[in-house]
Amino acid sequence: MDQLLQHLLNGLLLGSTYSLLGIGLTLVFGLMNVVNFAHGEFYTLGAYGTFAALVGASVNFFLAIPLAIAGGALVGAVCERLLLRPLRGASIDTTMLVMIGLWIALQNGELLAWGGVAKSVPTPFSTAPVVLGPVSVSRLRIFVFVVSVLLIVGAHLLLTRTRLGRAMRATFQDRETAALMGVSIERIHTVTFAFGAAMAAAGGALLGPVFLLYPSMGDLAAQKAFSVVILGGLGNFVGAALGGVLLGVAEELGAGYVSSGYRDAVGFVIIVLMLLVRPSGLFARAERVG
Amino acid sequence: MRRAAAARGAVIVAAAAAAPLVVWNPYQLHTLIMAGIFAVLALSLNLLLGYTGQLSLGHAAFFGIGAYAAALVSVKLEMSPWVGMLAAIVLPGLAGWGIGRLALKLRGAYFVLLTISFAGVVSLVSVNWMDLTNGPLGIPGVPALAIALPGLPELSLRTKGAFYYLVLAAVVAAYVLCRRVIASRIGRALVALRENETLAESVGIDGTFYLVLAAAISAAMAGAAGGLYAHYTRFVSPEVFLFTYTVTMVIMVVAGGKGTLAGPVVGAVIFTVLPEALRALTSWQWQMLLYGLLLIATLFFMPSGIVPALAARAASRR
Amino acid sequence: MSVDQHLEVSDLAMRFGGVAALAGVSFAVRAGGVTSLIGPNGAGKTTAFNIITGFQAPSAGRVAYAGRAITGWRPCRIAALGLVRTFQKTSVFPALSVLENVLTGLHLRGAVGIGAALLRRRRVAEEERRLRSKALGVLEFVGLAGRRDDVASDLSYGEQRLVELAIGLAARPRLLLLDEPASGMTPAEKAATAALVRRICDSDVTVLLVEHDMRLVMGISDRVLVLNHGRLIADGTPGEVQRDPEVIRAYLGATHAAA
Repeated sequence: MDQLLQHLLNGLLLGSTYSLLGIGLTLVFGLMNVVNFAHGEFYTLGAYGTFAALVGASVNFFLAIPLAIAGGALVGAVCERLLLRPLRGASIDTTMLVMIGLWIALQNGELLAWGGVAKSVPTPFSTAPVVLGPVSVSRLRIFVFVVSVLLIVGAHLLLTRTRLGRAMRATFQDRETAALMGVSIERIHTVTFAFGAAMAAAGGALLGPVFLLYPSMGDLAAQKAFSVVILGGLGNFVGAALGGVLLGVAEELGAGYVSSGYRDAVGFVIIVLMLLVRPSGLFARAERVG
Repeated sequence: MRRAAAARGAVIVAAAAAAPLVVWNPYQLHTLIMAGIFAVLALSLNLLLGYTGQLSLGHAAFFGIGAYAAALVSVKLEMSPWVGMLAAIVLPGLAGWGIGRLALKLRGAYFVLLTISFAGVVSLVSVNWMDLTNGPLGIPGVPALAIALPGLPELSLRTKGAFYYLVLAAVVAAYVLCRRVIASRIGRALVALRENETLAESVGIDGTFYLVLAAAISAAMAGAAGGLYAHYTRFVSPEVFLFTYTVTMVIMVVAGGKGTLAGPVVGAVIFTVLPEALRALTSWQWQMLLYGLLLIATLFFMPSGIVPALAARAASRR
Repeated sequence: MSVDQHLEVSDLAMRFGGVAALAGVSFAVRAGGVTSLIGPNGAGKTTAFNIITGFQAPSAGRVAYAGRAITGWRPCRIAALGLVRTFQKTSVFPALSVLENVLTGLHLRGAVGIGAALLRRRRVAEEERRLRSKALGVLEFVGLAGRRDDVASDLSYGEQRLVELAIGLAARPRLLLLDEPASGMTPAEKAATAALVRRICDSDVTVLLVEHDMRLVMGISDRVLVLNHGRLIADGTPGEVQRDPEVIRAYLGATHAAA
């Protein structure tokens, strides 16, 4: 029973970062109709950004993370401006392939910049775990969880309570009307994509210290992000938030009770099952007709 | 016009057949062999991407299943390597059929995700299921292919020169197979699926059936390439599932010209020969970085690929 | 032509959320002649078409054609029975030539499967020749023979709609459902379309069409069905329907407006 609680807790903590990843992707995929196969690379950039700020520039840990997130957002904005804007009218296949090209270029760029040897990010937290009755958890993971939740809540508020958020939702529901109302469509696209990239970078900045950094770390992160998006439904913010936790818990239970080697297979299997059974997501209302 | 095209094809094949007589440097011959294997792979991916319009990012999985099938049949089951080649074609073909049937109504990005996930699971299985695949250690000692006809001495395909002819034959066979499929009503059905699936259904074209068919044939071809690879390198490990193979295939098809038959072959030759030429100058990371940038550049400036761009230029000059 | 070619629609209903696009519609279309389905916007006409041809599953009700219950069948299977439709928005294969567009429509008239494609080159060549000549025949029927090698997306709007019609005809329909074939056309194009529809009907194809242009509808139809708010409110000859008070009420005098 204790083990089960521990797994559940681990799953919840890890899952909160999966939620971050998933929210970033679901907004870009759902709102912009762009299949961002480079999503994982923003995660990697967030992680390496934190590393670079910490180790290279000796910035404080608690400052390095926001810097890395801002850096991710900036790279995202640049990519949108250079790659997606010119292709605005193109088919979804073309944008998909362009994103794949970006993925390849970024990952190998990271490989060249930082080398293939795994790096670890030093943290200011003591490694002594916090014991809460039958379960224990590291301080770092508590920190990661708290920040993730804050970011998720902040993102939700941004989308629902601010003018920018309203402009974003309006643009993707009815572009022409939004434009007539004075919304700068181009700016919204850039902001949305940068937002998605920032969420991914946040995931990387937070999880980087928990695990190790290596250039292909984004691939797994992207796959998990896609799992979350499919679980929660395309464009569904709350679905992605819940889906992330679901994935985290499923992985933990799978690794704990079945086999740790196949841990990452959980995400793949979820994708396959969801696509076959209910592609619109667990939390979508009845299938749209037509 | 068809005769002119056939004549052109015959000349190209003859030139290719004469290559080993001119190119006797084993390293260069190795490059040509790999170009041939990739040509079969690119043609297989093109059947899906270029004609039905669906992108499979898991094609390395079919390649890998084919390689492992060939290796396991000839090493663990100790059967003739040709039976292994047959398994290398049939097993991935069944897997492709399965993916197509599972995918049903999935199109576009969802189909891509399904193929990525499939490839991911297969890759993890190859690493973790030690009893079957030896895990990361791989399967060494895959025997060479040999042609043993009754009454004739056995012709071993162990040397690079001999294997080159086998690969050339495979490329020609793959090309002809694709051509025949495309030139028939099946090809039209595939293209109709790509251009306007709803309209296609309304005139009786069963989208699912043809997607499954294309997926099965495409997977079988990729598997054949895998089998060839296994009997050439004589060693199979989970590295066959590396995403770099899929990426390279995609570049070859997109830059070469998807939806044409010459495009993937041209792409395969360019993107096998080019890296080998660059190898002396740069590392493979730079090469992959360039691939990514090249993919983006192609999509921006030459979206239909090299072969159609050249053909268009030739047509406008006439 | 066999007697058993008619379409039976029974108690067809379609609900999205709280809205009923169709609320229990029943009618039958006997073989022969032109039947029109009209009604104000949102009356459920295209929904009915979608359900009949398998592009949507109804919330309730049944569709039968040629004696078979076809509710919930896939569109390709329904097309194989001879029930073919065209679409409201221009639907062609844009990157293909006009001839290739029609050849695609002839898919069911071919028989080559994967085995023959790979191994029987002569049979494939023969079939291609046969299908090509049929395609040219269809193009001549609709008057586009001269444009056969042009890319479909290069054609004018009216010509593209003709291509669409040709594709549908190529599939050898016994019952052809035309979804607003004259929408967006000039009066001259509409007249040509109307004449074409009558010619199609004369070549033994039953036509069921949805249209907004009243003059066109009343001019070519043998029978008119009127839908309003998802219900059938009138069924009769053009003259009968034009005089029906409920129809007039539904349209608020639109029947008197020039098209």
